[in-house]
Amino acid sequence: MLSTIGAQSEEDLISYLPSDVRFNAKLAIEDGKSEYEIVDYFKEVAERNANGYASFLGAGVYNHYRPVLVDVVVSRGEFLTSYTPYQAEISQGTLTSIFEFQTMICQLTGMDVANASMYDGSSAVPEAAMMAVRVTKRDRVLIARTVHPEYREVLGTYTKHQGIPVEEIAYAKSGRLDFDDLKKKLTDEVAAVIIQTPNFFGLLEQVKEIAALVQGKGALLVVVFTEAVALGLIEPPREADIVVGELQSFAISPSYGGPYAGIIATHEKYIRQIPGRLVGETVDADGKRAYCLTLATREQHIRREKATSNICTNQALLALMATVFMTVYGKQGLRELAEQNLAKAHYLAGKLPLAFDAPFFHEFVVRPNGKSPEAINGELLTKNIIGGLPLGRFYPELKDCMLLCATEMSRRQDMDTVAASFRES
Amino acid sequence: MIKKVSKHIVQNEPLLFEQSSPGKWGYQLPPLDVPPVDAAQALGAENVRTEIEDFPEVSEFEALRHFTRLSTWNYAIDLGLYPLGSCTMKYNPRVNELVARTEGLAWAHPYQPEALAQGCMEVVAALERALEEITGMAAVTLQPAAGAHGEFTGILMMRALLESRGNPRKKILVPDSAHGTNPATATMVGYSVENIKSNSRGMIDLEVLARAVTEDVAGLMITNPNTVGVFEENIRKICGLLHDKGALVYMDGANMNALVGIARPGDFGVDVMHLNLHKTFSTPHGGGGPGAGAVAVVDVLKPFLPGPRLKRVGDAWAWNYDLPQSIGRVRAFYGNFGVLVRALAYVMAHGGNGLRQATLDALMNANYLRALLEPHYEIAYKAPSMHECVFSDDRQAKKGVRTGDIAKRLIDYGFHPYTVSFPLIVRGALMIEPTETESKRELDLFADAMISIAQEVEENPELVLKAPHTTRTPRVDEVRAARQPIVRWKPPQS
Repeated sequence: MLSTIGAQSEEDLISYLPSDVRFNAKLAIEDGKSEYEIVDYFKEVAERNANGYASFLGAGVYNHYRPVLVDVVVSRGEFLTSYTPYQAEISQGTLTSIFEFQTMICQLTGMDVANASMYDGSSAVPEAAMMAVRVTKRDRVLIARTVHPEYREVLGTYTKHQGIPVEEIAYAKSGRLDFDDLKKKLTDEVAAVIIQTPNFFGLLEQVKEIAALVQGKGALLVVVFTEAVALGLIEPPREADIVVGELQSFAISPSYGGPYAGIIATHEKYIRQIPGRLVGETVDADGKRAYCLTLATREQHIRREKATSNICTNQALLALMATVFMTVYGKQGLRELAEQNLAKAHYLAGKLPLAFDAPFFHEFVVRPNGKSPEAINGELLTKNIIGGLPLGRFYPELKDCMLLCATEMSRRQDMDTVAASFRES
Repeated sequence: MIKKVSKHIVQNEPLLFEQSSPGKWGYQLPPLDVPPVDAAQALGAENVRTEIEDFPEVSEFEALRHFTRLSTWNYAIDLGLYPLGSCTMKYNPRVNELVARTEGLAWAHPYQPEALAQGCMEVVAALERALEEITGMAAVTLQPAAGAHGEFTGILMMRALLESRGNPRKKILVPDSAHGTNPATATMVGYSVENIKSNSRGMIDLEVLARAVTEDVAGLMITNPNTVGVFEENIRKICGLLHDKGALVYMDGANMNALVGIARPGDFGVDVMHLNLHKTFSTPHGGGGPGAGAVAVVDVLKPFLPGPRLKRVGDAWAWNYDLPQSIGRVRAFYGNFGVLVRALAYVMAHGGNGLRQATLDALMNANYLRALLEPHYEIAYKAPSMHECVFSDDRQAKKGVRTGDIAKRLIDYGFHPYTVSFPLIVRGALMIEPTETESKRELDLFADAMISIAQEVEENPELVLKAPHTTRTPRVDEVRAARQPIVRWKPPQS
């Protein structure tokens, strides 16, 4: 190969690099390791994490069972090691599965159009806000304080330099959006109102009533979900203008925070303002049905500085995991799964002092009497249980409260142990 | 002659929705160990949906067959060379997949107590250290989810630094050879974009740049080696020009696969850059994602890194949220952790010397292909190639055959096409990046295919213009897809 190139040695290949940019030392990284040593290292570091604990953490990341088929499908090299399906003739597998994904997301959310995925739920929120700004040609954004606190932080980071002022809407005593505060802040400059349901406290927001208020003022309603399993049972936010969500619950392991898959879904009329990739149906040269990436004129590789977003790489493989998950559970299974989550959470909640009284799905805020959330969690840890999320970090006014979550994975005996720890003094 | 592939039977397969039958499902839940709850009573009847209309209903085996059949319609690196320039389609080591599924890592909740997440934090810290060493920079954040997200993070930090000095400035300079994400990113951070024309050698023109760098310029976004696969030989002078005017240099690290172990951006004047871990660090592309866009910065930008940051407390790791100058979060939690695990496994498998050797091998493979193809295709720029080589379709265009047609014909030969029509500064570009993990045998097959196509263009251009001829799906009508968008399945109207 060297002689074909016309070089004497490998070092000739970099001989033209200016000497003042050349790195002549050896990288201070340990010598290469064998496969066995690598596996061993990660086993060893994993042992420094929680192992064998039951957990009642939720707060945007949920512990659901992952059917075996999901890993079987995404481990196929044809899905795992392919690129973005720009060459439609040899990418129909990926394209077809994304088309099915988009369809299932529409069916779940009650929308007409869903994109091929965003990085995660949190970064999809500012993308939806920017979309609403383009659609309405207004520039203010309101977001409920009951939206995931880290999602709100991400919105703040994105909007800071785009001339999009963001204001938060308080929650009422019920733990849901405060209508009076919304009415006060809902001016003619508002492009979008962003709410989450079930909200960060696990409570269902009154989407229909909020939509009527928001749309009556000419703003768009953006509805966020972090728990996709809830959509197996609860009425989808059909009145929303844009739905944004996180699909981690659909077979994506918690993996210390990522990779997950976000979505944006909307109505047909806003299709040209949606960010990210879209797969569309068409025909091939033989007139047969085929799929390809479409409406690319929205995207950065065509529109450059005028694109709807800078997003390029998305979360395709995670979206495929969610697609397999939805397929395996199917219409009945997803409902039964959601019903089990509801039953488990309501069993546990029934034994605990709740802070709010609005309807909830599988998360709820508890205000223990006379004990701090940290003390309860400390006790539970000694019984190999990770308790709930103390809320003080995100809501100083709720520093005596914790957020608990139960899923189909929660065992009755562990829930009884949690309940007991609230009673013991 | 087509050596790499022969025809075989491919299964047809309808959409899931078209093969559903009521009452089928693929998974059985265990019996509920608590009393059932009436949803209408618990949630309010108006909050409970009747059903998910038209949602699929298939058995487990039907589901498995469905996705297996679809998978056979895809090309993949596991099947052969995937020479997409700039995309760095290298082998995705399977041990990385295994370790990312290690129970204690894959099932770690981002909010579990720090004392019970030390292993995850150690992985993050170890990868940060390795990437600092590789880039020669002072600090790394692993929070961004992909390259474009990393660009966004980097430009936000530049803006924050300039603001702290009293003036965020107005413009970002972007060479006309840049990826589309660069100008799109600058806009998202509130900057206007000024394009810088490349010179006749495909590089940044120092005089043009010097005129453009004013007190209004916040920084330059530069890709190095650039998108024609050429090292910007004046990089030190370029950085100097920007720094002299108080501006900063952002490096798009999409092509870092050409530099690891032989040159470090932190040493040659770059202030902030991203690394695509799904390119240089071998994590799988997965049909479009996930990625991870690590961002490395010099010392002066450290206070602006997104939070939280790792810190050492005694002999343990902790997350530090007290970062008054931070740009804030760019996403929830700490990043695409599962991707970081894979990237660290890649670094460990190679070690310092192995990483450098991978770079040399990548350069060797690209230059070998260039040498074999240069007699048949017009090289875009004479300058030495690094990890990729860019040709134009000038010779073939005389016969009416364009780069997109050659790409489609390549499919018949059993290869995924190269990157088509990018960078924009090359008319009819063919951008070829073989990566280091290809054997001479696979490269020779590819070169034979390209040379054979060049001959076909001379002798029978129609054959190339109508390609591909052997795929399950012939060319698709992309114009129709965009004109009447159908982006979801709907039940047939009865």
